[in-house]
Amino acid sequence: MGENGVKGLLLDEPLIFERSSEGRVGVAPAEFDIPEADPKGLLPAGLLRDKIDGFPEVSEMDAVRHYTRLSQWNFGVDSGFYPLGSCTMKYNPKVNEVACRLPGLSLIHPYEPEELVQGALELMYELEGYLAEISGMDAVTLQPSAGAHGELCGLLMMAAYFKDKGRARTKIIIPDTAHGTNPASSHLAGFKVVPVKSDGKGALSVEAIKAVMDEDTAGLMVTNPNTIGLFEKNIKEIARVVHSKGGFLYCDGANLNALMGIVNLGAIGVDLIQFNLHKTFSTPHGGGGPGSGPVGVKKALEPFLPAPRIKKARGKYSLEYVRPKSIGRLKAFYGNFSIMVRAYAYIRRMGGEGLKRASETAILNANYIKEQLKDTYHLAYDEPCMHESVFSDKNLLGYGVTTMDVAKRLIDYGFHPPTVYFPLVVHGAIMIEPTETETKETMDKFIEAMKSIAEEARTNPELLKNAPIKTKVRRVDETRAAREPVLRWVKK
Amino acid sequence: MEFPKDLKYTKEHEWVKVEGSIVTVGITDYAQDSLGDVVYVELPQEGVSVTKNEPFGVVESVKAVSDLYSPISGSVHEVNDAIIDSPEAINEDPYGDAWMIRVEIGNPGDLSDLMSSDEYQKFIEEEK
Repeated sequence: MGENGVKGLLLDEPLIFERSSEGRVGVAPAEFDIPEADPKGLLPAGLLRDKIDGFPEVSEMDAVRHYTRLSQWNFGVDSGFYPLGSCTMKYNPKVNEVACRLPGLSLIHPYEPEELVQGALELMYELEGYLAEISGMDAVTLQPSAGAHGELCGLLMMAAYFKDKGRARTKIIIPDTAHGTNPASSHLAGFKVVPVKSDGKGALSVEAIKAVMDEDTAGLMVTNPNTIGLFEKNIKEIARVVHSKGGFLYCDGANLNALMGIVNLGAIGVDLIQFNLHKTFSTPHGGGGPGSGPVGVKKALEPFLPAPRIKKARGKYSLEYVRPKSIGRLKAFYGNFSIMVRAYAYIRRMGGEGLKRASETAILNANYIKEQLKDTYHLAYDEPCMHESVFSDKNLLGYGVTTMDVAKRLIDYGFHPPTVYFPLVVHGAIMIEPTETETKETMDKFIEAMKSIAEEARTNPELLKNAPIKTKVRRVDETRAAREPVLRWVKK
Repeated sequence: MEFPKDLKYTKEHEWVKVEGSIVTVGITDYAQDSLGDVVYVELPQEGVSVTKNEPFGVVESVKAVSDLYSPISGSVHEVNDAIIDSPEAINEDPYGDAWMIRVEIGNPGDLSDLMSSDEYQKFIEEEK
């Protein structure tokens, strides 16, 4: 790798507290034209504070430079390849941002009367319909504010369903290839988790489900494709087993990016699913803004969806609050609306054929990387993968090099590391998900970097142990940070 | 890696030391090595009941969070609070300072399916 173009100037920046100078102000407000009131006597003593230790006092320009510099230290999907497995870090088209900032959509208030926000309600109603069509579900709620919130919503609906039938069920089956949020959400919804191991090829077997599925079990939560990036090919038969005991098949839709327009989940036995709009439908991800985790259900669960529901009658949209079996409201107002606008813009722009091509390309890209790297890195399961593939550090352990070292070294090459040490079923996992939005050229550069790193592991393992070496901050002591966290700035 | 002969082992990578009606429980050298640097541990209160193969606590490393599974059913007789403040002991001395709980045996039959040191070593070889 040439040095040209891989180094740049990153300006150092102290904490905002350390930039402070007593009495300095950013903006001087106009003189008050009302008499000043002393808060003493107006507020209870417990709410009064006469001094804030270290409150930063900076000029406007200092504040702007401070945060601009911090933003330059950031790495996002807009700055480079971000192959974080199971997170679907696809590019977020800028047209989404334009759409959600249209004044008619961004300046409305949730307390406005229905007749003044018909457009917003129509958009939500149509988005529900699109998601239902993509997944093969009968009805969709947009309320949950992220994937795990969607899981909780689905689980609460399942619990409400069985309670309504007069016999509560207490257990949920979760395979070892599930996302960690599945058992957590189940626990929160009051279920006991029954773990099931995947077979030697990373798939879920019908027998394993048969052995544990009973009439105290509300259902099975399955991620499909699973977290190894493999399609659960026994899903139809597994659904039949779950249904024969009266249970529901919940599909964690986190990996839906592999299935759009290809698999009708409803038709293969899925009863409910959450959509991670911030993954599959190109809305901002992680710290970039709120998430959104709509949930789709089959008819049987429709009465239990969170209220209010959006109704359409005689060309008018309205919100229906009276729904006796509903699990109730899950989120203030109607969910994260501006995220819905972005997802709506994406779906409308892509169209059905476009979404199908996105999934096909995501699968093709993942398989391309898998094939290019499988002679260099140990491949956990040598099967055709879906949208992501899982390698491990097995071939490198002999040189004293681990997955963590490879990940840190990738930063020096200008790439965000893939997901590491997940899924847990693969020791030292390196989980790569390129998504459909990357070009072959970008993937080739990544593949070349991964190969160089494997070569460095053999010839100069110390280099990897010390990586990253080109970053502003070198390898952080994660252990010490966790054992002795410093969570608060204290004035010296 | 060491697996003392006088201890018993579980498939969940706990070790068990039987002394009369009390067993001492911790995690094995293999477990601490796989987890990496342990940064946090959560243990039960003295006196609570634990159930065989059910979680009794949590151990968190820089890599992952894992449940700790009770090798037997019984009641918690003693808890090693010292490791809550110094979880590094789990990496440094898994069979000594980093014992986790002592449990009063509820059902002696629970001990019968624990593995010997040799059986456990064979088990982890297969698991790799």
